[in-house]
Amino acid sequence: MNPEVALPILIPLAAGALSMAFWRSRMMQRLIGIAGTAALLATSIWLFASVQSQGYVVMNAGGWAAPFGITLVADLLSAIMVVLTGIIGFAVAVYSLPTIGRGHETFGYYPLMHLLLAGVAGAFLTGDIFNLYVWFEVMLLASFALLILGGERAQMEGAIKYVTLNLLSSVIFLSAVGLLYGLLGTLNMADIARRVALVEDNTLIDVVAVMFMISFGIKAAAFPLFFWLPAAYHTPPVAVSALFAGLLTKVGVYALFRVFTLIFNQSVGYTHEILLWGAGLTMLTGVLGAAAQFEFRRILSFHIVSQIGYMLMGLALFTPLALIGGVFYILHHIIVKTNLFLISGVVYRLKGTHDLKQLGGVYKAWPLLGVLFLIPALSLAGVPPLSGFFAKFVLIRASIEAGHIGITVIALLVGLLTLYSMTKIWAEVFWKKSPEDAPSARVSPLSQRHLWLMLLPVVGLAACTVFIGLNGQLLYDVAEASAAQLLDPQAYIDAVLGEQP
Amino acid sequence: MEPIMAVVIGVIYATAIYMMLRRSIVKLVIGLILISNAANLLIFATAGMTRDAPPLIPMNGDPLGDVIADPLPQALVLTAIVIAFGVLSFAVVLIRRAYQIVGVDDMDQMKDTDT
Repeated sequence: MNPEVALPILIPLAAGALSMAFWRSRMMQRLIGIAGTAALLATSIWLFASVQSQGYVVMNAGGWAAPFGITLVADLLSAIMVVLTGIIGFAVAVYSLPTIGRGHETFGYYPLMHLLLAGVAGAFLTGDIFNLYVWFEVMLLASFALLILGGERAQMEGAIKYVTLNLLSSVIFLSAVGLLYGLLGTLNMADIARRVALVEDNTLIDVVAVMFMISFGIKAAAFPLFFWLPAAYHTPPVAVSALFAGLLTKVGVYALFRVFTLIFNQSVGYTHEILLWGAGLTMLTGVLGAAAQFEFRRILSFHIVSQIGYMLMGLALFTPLALIGGVFYILHHIIVKTNLFLISGVVYRLKGTHDLKQLGGVYKAWPLLGVLFLIPALSLAGVPPLSGFFAKFVLIRASIEAGHIGITVIALLVGLLTLYSMTKIWAEVFWKKSPEDAPSARVSPLSQRHLWLMLLPVVGLAACTVFIGLNGQLLYDVAEASAAQLLDPQAYIDAVLGEQP
Repeated sequence: MEPIMAVVIGVIYATAIYMMLRRSIVKLVIGLILISNAANLLIFATAGMTRDAPPLIPMNGDPLGDVIADPLPQALVLTAIVIAFGVLSFAVVLIRRAYQIVGVDDMDQMKDTDT
């Protein structure tokens, strides 16, 4: 038995149930929020450590052997993702203390947050394709409810698009699972992978593969199906946006990585070609959308889209180096993007608006905040020696080696445009003088204690970014080992099903 | 039986997509209901439409007979129905709230958060 595979799912579920039990006590809910996410972070590190030593950690729920029971399995990629879930969950829980109002807390903010984390961790750890669907739904339902807490007009309009497109994606996913079951008669991902390799005629498999691609593409906000994301992500409270920005789309990306390395690796020339086009267009449309925006969080939302393109590019090129780049990119992006959203929330709390044109003079008043913004912003744009540079460098090198010059040019151009829109935020929010009609007079003063509570996760995540930048080799090694595992589906199959004779 | 089911499922998918492409949010939800039911039927049909015996083992001896019904798709459909039901009830509440707050049921007028 390996309890560490199940614990990252069970702890948030238990924490969520506990905070439901203490429905009336805000104090207890906050306490459980911090303690639950801290415990999640601790067990995720435990899981990572045992994956590092064992390669694969497998647990069959209820003791039913692999193809029949429900399997939980962690390889390095899942372990990395779960650790990041822990980090982001903890950071957001701390950040929620001063920023989430009484109204949200009494309507179940904390239970929903725990449920969301449970769904995300479950999606990363499950080894059963139908269970992946179930965890997706757990995560989505929690995110739907978090998105509309507060009930403002913008939230409702964003939520309708978000809910519709994500439900559509779930239905496509479910249909694809049904067809796959009809074809192969199994749901265990390792068993599916084993049997897909035996199928002679790949036509039907390719159809199912494209259905999975569309479904996960919607969830990952890839071109051309990303419109729900910029319409919705800037409407809820900042802590919620940061949680979504860090984790939700990455679950879609993770699912794509898992499915298209493990199961659908037969006709790479067909499926991964589509992915490559999707990746390039995702990058381009996302960054162009960001360049046109003048609202802090909308710029950041569009950037999520463009960064998803880089991750897909790593998967689509499907060489060892490209997969290393993709994994590294996910790793760096989750931390950086959450951090940027958290900073946008601090700025909002200090100045009372998200509109770039009405903001200004933040650097003069709070120089520390300016520095804290620059670290993730430059990292996102890929300026050395921060984390984003290595991720982009590996990807671009991989694309040149693979001979895809078109995608190389797009990736470089998008990097440049990212830098442009980050400088735009810097110039408008931090550098220029505060405009005459700035609404900052209306903002209620923020106590020092609250300000520090908000800055604490920001500082922590910025420290992570700098750490990745300074210890690039360390993380590169992890990403390399993870990519090696992804390229060796047989090892995964053997780990789950046991050695086949 | 399978060809009929295939046609029926296809028609439901098509109707659902047509409904989802309308502008009214009520029709949008009807589309969502239809499409999730279409997916459920699809899973149900993957097991094959036969009059087989249930997969039960008699008390004394004989293992499973030759023809048995595959219970797994039914379990899957059961799960999927429950999930779809939960999500759809959320969607219904959401469109009601959205209608109350925005005051229209026309998707074309819910573009404030778009770019």
